[in-house]
Amino acid sequence: MAVLIYTQNYEGKFKKSVFELVSYGTEIAKQLGVEAIAVTTGQIDNAVLKELGKYGAKKVIKIENPELKDFSAQAFTEVINQLAKNQNANVIVFGNNPAGRAIAPRLTVKMNAGLAAGVVAVPTSVNPFTVKKRAFSGKAFADLVIKSEIKILTLNQNSFKVVEGSGEASVEEFTAVIPDGAYNVKPIEVIKSSGKLSVTDAEILVSAGRGMKGPENWGMIEEMAQILGAGTSCSRPVSDLGWRSHEEHVGQTGKVVAPNLYIAVGISGAVQHLAGVNGSKVMVCINTDADAPFFEAADYGIVGDAFDVVPKLNEAFKKFIAEG
Amino acid sequence: MKALICIGHVPDTTSKVKFVEEDTKFDTTDIQYIVGPYEELALTRLLDIKDAGTEMHITAVNVGLAGADSTLKKALAMGADEAVRVNAEPTDAAFVAKQIAEVFSKGNYDVIVTGKESIDYNGGQVEGMIAEFLGLPSVSGASLFEINGDKVKLEQEIEGGRQVSEASFPFVVSAGKGFASEPRIPNMRGIMMANRKALTVLDPVEQNLMTEVIKHYLPQAKPQCKMVAPDNVEELVRLLHEEAKVI
Ligand SMILES: Cc1cc2nc3c(=O)[nH]c(=O)nc-3n(C[C@H](O)[C@H](O)[C@H](O)COP(=O)(O)OP(=O)(O)OC[C@H]3O[C@@H](n4cnc5c(N)ncnc54)[C@H](O)[C@@H]3O)c2cc1C
Ligand SMILES: Nc1ncnc2c1ncn2[C@@H]1O[C@H](COP(=O)(O)O)[C@@H](O)[C@H]1O
Repeated sequence: MAVLIYTQNYEGKFKKSVFELVSYGTEIAKQLGVEAIAVTTGQIDNAVLKELGKYGAKKVIKIENPELKDFSAQAFTEVINQLAKNQNANVIVFGNNPAGRAIAPRLTVKMNAGLAAGVVAVPTSVNPFTVKKRAFSGKAFADLVIKSEIKILTLNQNSFKVVEGSGEASVEEFTAVIPDGAYNVKPIEVIKSSGKLSVTDAEILVSAGRGMKGPENWGMIEEMAQILGAGTSCSRPVSDLGWRSHEEHVGQTGKVVAPNLYIAVGISGAVQHLAGVNGSKVMVCINTDADAPFFEAADYGIVGDAFDVVPKLNEAFKKFIAEG
Repeated sequence: MKALICIGHVPDTTSKVKFVEEDTKFDTTDIQYIVGPYEELALTRLLDIKDAGTEMHITAVNVGLAGADSTLKKALAMGADEAVRVNAEPTDAAFVAKQIAEVFSKGNYDVIVTGKESIDYNGGQVEGMIAEFLGLPSVSGASLFEINGDKVKLEQEIEGGRQVSEASFPFVVSAGKGFASEPRIPNMRGIMMANRKALTVLDPVEQNLMTEVIKHYLPQAKPQCKMVAPDNVEELVRLLHEEAKVI
């Protein structure tokens, strides 16, 4: 038996969320008294793979079938299923990210397993297998029991701390059989993101809403993000109005984020907005209206005009960073 | 084209969330139910395509008890042609997916559309499970759905960007942001018509329960927001560094 961890590399590198995932899977493996095994696809240096040992993986298996350079939920499900059987995995963990969300549900049916989607902690009990997950768009959490023998989990980003040790993982290769028809949804092209820090990866997000009045006023928001090494995000009306790219829209119908620090400027704090950001560790609200609902959710607040407060705050942040 | 669209019956996005029976069950008192926001987008897109001249029959399907009929009626009022309800409590995602797969197999449909995730248990599971039950291809969280003859152009998020792909019928797709822009709001005529459209109730097929929610929690109450004066922004920087330790 083993815990299998699906670790996705991007152009041969791993992001921090993968280290969280390996640390998480390793912790479950310890609870169960079994090994943690990571799997990845594509071309990647063995040296990078061995590094996953630091986070607890005993072994990393790479699957290099060239077809897998394009994504297909069906193909990836097949491949992980073959590997899971080969390694006798009884727990399989994915990140709650686009690939995990596409593969995990299919895999549960294929393996006759139960799925806990969007988990936020290690199981509180392994028998019965009970794990806490996000529910009602962050307004609640639920304890879910998985009854099947094989358990599949998707872990929310930023909900489990990276545990870094020293080990080195061994690297093995696995060749999967990709069945006919697995690419019936035919990939045509990949449009790369802007290259900016993505809202889900950013540890600090500077977010702004309709209170900014217009896209021409985003300079000070970008500046704050740059000073703090942060990403930028926005409320839905802002992306609907075309002031900012849709990639920045957070909330119930946008991206769900959980940064360490979320700074909301000129955002009223509607429930649908909070639904996407209420997992943030610390939230700051800057708003002219002292009754804006965001202040009820925020940890720190300034009642004031963004056009006055943000430039001053940028200077203060700059000074703070310069003084180390 | 025959489309099957899966409609969740979910609490309004502004609902206050509370639990009863020792926190095992969601408290439905005073809760308004709606068509899930992603399903609204999905249905809107299909209706837009239909209005633009593609021949299409849209069936809205829900797995739920009689209380969900009002939500199916909303889908009919928006413009779906008929509705089907599988009469069972939607206990877990695999159970729901199995029922919908069954409806699909009996009905000669070309495509199944779901929302990206429900707003109660936020699983994003049903679409992939239906696809696997039926052995069909699937695309999750699509931000584009464009019909060109017998092919559909789709776009989905992947690590580092978006992948554009082309699907042939039949397939399963879940609708994410961008699938349609503004959800349609039913008009008076739609609401009147809805009562004349068919709503068929079916019995469920068997499927083992794989998961069970045993307890709910509300997030820990936040301490009151600490207010900082607008002319004292240095204090905010200090608090973020020394107290919150996030910078
Ligand atoms: C089904 C559904 C899903 C939704 N999904 C989302 C979602 O995913 N994400 C999302 O964001 N919204 C979502 N919404 C919309 C949501 O209800 C709100 O309408 C939206 O979040 C408001 O955006 P806002 O705060 O930027 O704008 P507003 O509500 O217009 O608020 C602007 C704020 O800026 C403040 N302000 C004005 N001038 C200044 C100034 N000079 N300095 C500082 N502050 C100022 C105002 O006091 C006000 O609080 C959804 C709604 C529905 C019904
Ligand atoms: N009980 C249900 N009946 C019909 N469709 C459902 C039901 N539950 C979920 N769905 C569909 O599946 C999608 C994803 O739901 P979930 O997997 O629960 O997050 C929703 O957006 C709906 O389209």
